[in-house]
Amino acid sequence: MRQHLLLELLRRPLGFAALVLLVLMYLAAIFASFLAPYPPAEQSLDHAFHPPTGLYWEDGRVWVRIYENADPAAGRWVPSGEAFPLAWFASGYPYRLFGLIPADTHLFQPATDDPAHRVYLLGSDTTGRDVFTRLLYGARISLSIGLIGISITMVMGFLVGGLAGYFGGRVDFWAMRLVEFLMAIPGLYLLLALRATLAPNFESAQMYILIVIILAAIGWAGTARIIRGLSLSLRNRPFVMAAECMGQSTLKILTKHILPNLTSYLLVAATLSIPAYILGEAALSFLGLGIQEPSASWGLMLSQAQEDMKVFMLGFWWLLSPGAAIFVTVIAFNVLGDALRDIVDPRMKL
Amino acid sequence: MLSFIIRRCLTAVPLLLAIALLVFLLMYLAPGDFLTAARADRDTPRELVAQLEREFGLDEPWYVQYALWLGNLWPIGWNENAAHWWNRFEIDMDLGFSWSYKVPVVDLLATRIPATLLLSFTSIVFAWSIAIPLGVLAAIHKDSLFDRISALLAYAALSIPEFFLAVLAVFFAARSGWFPTGGLTSIEYEFLSPVGKFLDIAYHLILPTVVLGASMIAGMMRIMRANFLDYLRAEFVNTARAKGLPEGVVMFKHVLRNAINPLITAFGFAFSSLLSGALLVENIMNYPGLGQLVYDALLKQDQFVVMASVMMGALMLMLGNLLADLLLAWSDPRIRLESAA
Repeated sequence: MRQHLLLELLRRPLGFAALVLLVLMYLAAIFASFLAPYPPAEQSLDHAFHPPTGLYWEDGRVWVRIYENADPAAGRWVPSGEAFPLAWFASGYPYRLFGLIPADTHLFQPATDDPAHRVYLLGSDTTGRDVFTRLLYGARISLSIGLIGISITMVMGFLVGGLAGYFGGRVDFWAMRLVEFLMAIPGLYLLLALRATLAPNFESAQMYILIVIILAAIGWAGTARIIRGLSLSLRNRPFVMAAECMGQSTLKILTKHILPNLTSYLLVAATLSIPAYILGEAALSFLGLGIQEPSASWGLMLSQAQEDMKVFMLGFWWLLSPGAAIFVTVIAFNVLGDALRDIVDPRMKL
Repeated sequence: MLSFIIRRCLTAVPLLLAIALLVFLLMYLAPGDFLTAARADRDTPRELVAQLEREFGLDEPWYVQYALWLGNLWPIGWNENAAHWWNRFEIDMDLGFSWSYKVPVVDLLATRIPATLLLSFTSIVFAWSIAIPLGVLAAIHKDSLFDRISALLAYAALSIPEFFLAVLAVFFAARSGWFPTGGLTSIEYEFLSPVGKFLDIAYHLILPTVVLGASMIAGMMRIMRANFLDYLRAEFVNTARAKGLPEGVVMFKHVLRNAINPLITAFGFAFSSLLSGALLVENIMNYPGLGQLVYDALLKQDQFVVMASVMMGALMLMLGNLLADLLLAWSDPRIRLESAA
């Protein structure tokens, strides 16, 4: 089944490209500390709103242009005409790979001793932090929340929906009332109300878990409803009846007979609904209720970009790059989900 | 039809009560309340705080507070002092008092809900008026260059987060200076003629409408295209063509009328995401609607405002779904509402 899926996916260039892109992005998130030239919270107040540095190739090395602050009030930087080279696989700030292995090798570092010479691939923000670095570290949060959130949702949706559909009757009735109840409140309103209840200030790690739980608590309702419909139709199929006659336990019937028949649906639904979690986290962080400083997440970075208003008035367009990152991720998930659906069942309505 | 509407309204009541209870509990469990700032303020006398606590029933257990709130909500009052007995009934809905705005919540909602409804309405009209023709064109010219480009654009529009689009729109407005960067009215609004007022609001509505409508267009266009294609292959279309009906009549009278149904059903769902999207867009574009209100109120723990706003959001959602069902029945006479309930 799995091999067949991959083979089919290979035949759809767009879907396969989306898969490759996503794998690359997740790899970048995992190896963020290796790819990033600076620590995510390192400030350099002399380099506020530094534009993306120009790169050029000469003598077999990559050179980075040096900029001068021509007009500090307007945040205008101009190239000074000088440049410094980049060193590959150089040692920089220490970190722990996978959170375990201590290391200090980075993909690239400026090969100068002058700390004022910094490389900003995507410019810098208000306090001179490297946007590229923060984008990579933000990807850890923004990308993983989708995966974890969707796993919780799918498990809950399967348990509630599957049980409701299988048992029917009173269980079904009350489960569906609960689902309707959750779906009757506009999603973001409920999200905000839940968020307000749970202590205002958490540490980043706790906040992360909190956001995942809140998003999953709201998200499972829709999934449960569809799974209920599917398991309702599976319940009367001969193989389920046979299993019942043989006296198999309910749990076993659910996991061994009903679940395998739902996997393809679950896979497609999961792929297509991961964007909702990424967007949900971004929206919460954007509103200042999610991930807090100095941690980075894409929504938080966008909200800072918006708060400054300098983005609008002075045109620091590079501060909007997290929005582009969200856009690319979401579009990749949508394309992949559509391709998977076409493979699994072209008539499936999602 | 009427019995259907009544039944739907009746089933909505317990749901609304449950939502109110949930939001109430959430607000109750949240640390602090709307008097926290007053308590921390040294200039506010203790007695005043204590008196306010008593007045708002904050010293009571939560179920008493909830009952008090519900009791005040009951809209039909009895006024002993009225001149005639038929005047003694009075309609007065007390949703509480907004601590941060210092006005009754009802007054606050009365200005905010129309603004949000207006924005939702213009966005839906905008989305439909673009999505339907585009979807039809894409279906008629299936696999053409236009079809491919519109599919690509639909993907892009589906994937761009609303709040990012809103930020981009503000960016665009600020850079180009063609559009206002926020608000619903200009400063000189009060001095404008009625026509000028209308134009002023319309001018301010353009960007929020486009931002909010853009993501809907994509979804609706895809639904429209898929349905149109389904019905294009139907037998009755062959029959219509065989009868020698002009192609325009076949397309619009036979195919479009059938294909449009799911769009109307999607209206209910669209309304739900519209309210959530409006919350973000309103906050970014500084649009004085319900979403901005609920966000502010949550930050300030303005309990009654939050409860009323969430309730109103849920109510609007339910009414939207009801409206969608009624519209569907009106557009498609085959649908029987009684069985649909």
